[in-house]
Amino acid sequence: MGRTTLHDSVDEAVAGIEDGSTVLVGGFGLAGMPFDLIDALIRQGATDLTVVANNAGNGEVGLAALLKAGRVRRILCSFPRQVDSYVFDDLYRSGRIELEVVPQGNLAERMRAAGAGIGAFFSPTAAGTALAEGKETRVIDGREHVLEHPIRGDYALIAAHRADRRGNLVYRKTARNFGPVMATAATTTIAQVTEVVDTGTLDPEAVVTPSIYVDRVVAVEPQHHTVQGAR
Amino acid sequence: MPPTSAAERLRTADLAKVIAADIPVGSYVNLGIGQPTTIADHLTDEQDVVLHTENGMLGMGPAAAPDQVDADLTNAGKVPVTELPGAAYFHHADSFAMMRGGHLDVCVLGAYQVAATGDLANWHTGRPEDIPAVGGAMDLAIGARSVWVMMTLFGRDGSPKLVPACSYPLTGVACVSRVYTDHGVFEVGDPSGEVGVLATYGMSFADLQERLDVVLVDRT
Repeated sequence: MGRTTLHDSVDEAVAGIEDGSTVLVGGFGLAGMPFDLIDALIRQGATDLTVVANNAGNGEVGLAALLKAGRVRRILCSFPRQVDSYVFDDLYRSGRIELEVVPQGNLAERMRAAGAGIGAFFSPTAAGTALAEGKETRVIDGREHVLEHPIRGDYALIAAHRADRRGNLVYRKTARNFGPVMATAATTTIAQVTEVVDTGTLDPEAVVTPSIYVDRVVAVEPQHHTVQGAR
Repeated sequence: MPPTSAAERLRTADLAKVIAADIPVGSYVNLGIGQPTTIADHLTDEQDVVLHTENGMLGMGPAAAPDQVDADLTNAGKVPVTELPGAAYFHHADSFAMMRGGHLDVCVLGAYQVAATGDLANWHTGRPEDIPAVGGAMDLAIGARSVWVMMTLFGRDGSPKLVPACSYPLTGVACVSRVYTDHGVFEVGDPSGEVGVLATYGMSFADLQERLDVVLVDRT
């Protein structure tokens, strides 16, 4: 809502996130994870959060640090178990976090539906599997489909490469991943970028997330982390 | 053409080579995490195959050398990779739309079990102590035009992984068309449950029929 605001600090950018919020967190593994916004959210103190993300944290940085701080009650993700997801694994095994596993494409499409004003949609993914149990199904063109509902966020925390002062975003390589779709699906989208450039500098043909989806922008020095032991 | 019979069971690298040779020229292909990733090493320039990675890229190149590592560029297994000329990036909803929408020609996945009727089990052991994690497996299973599996034919306990019906939780129903194993290549997905044998490695057709609890038809 309203025009994109530029912020001087990540702490200012995450101000106002309430306890109990649903927060969409960008990134695939550590690529595109908004590390600085998450660190600021930990300092800010909001708790009892529902997080929507592809994974459930790697090592002890970013989302894993938020989990470790005990701020997340429930997580929706496609692939929690990884070589270095020990923070989540421990919380899950000790019953301190709720997990909803969602197939990756349904996760993305459910957020896309939220951002696009779609009430629900039929997807063939997961038909006939345990992840479709209890869901409405329909045979369309001879194939079973499962009714999937939108996932909306109160906030989205995403990382992009550059913003212009108006709030248009461009991304870098596979760090784009969930950023554009999460930006559309949240009431308030907060983007950390490596650089804010003057309006008119970004090629309008190359803008990936138009400013209408972006509420707050903050520039930070990028952190680069890779998943250790990935294969 | 790869051999339709071999005296010994195939090593993983040789199986990867067999699968690579079967991928049609000009295909858009997704290779699953783990063993299927190694198929890329055996694709030839003449095949002109474009690799899709579900985290948002077409035209994925080989794994990055230490001096090429870019934290913003990984494959679906989170391994740093490289980009090839003509590569394209897109967001996750688009990446799975191209998968679900039937635009990918082939995907090759690993599996715990495949049923004769083409059911796939590869996402969860079902053991209560194991944390469920599905990733893109269910989307890939129903999305690509041809879904192939690369696996060993027998588990560590010697039990067959090509079965009449999966006992592990399903990833997709009647979605697999071909199963590449160290002991043979199989055509599955016929509603009758009949399984075609396209190649045998280190076991005869009769040996396979003896060990597998499915109806085999010799198509070597």
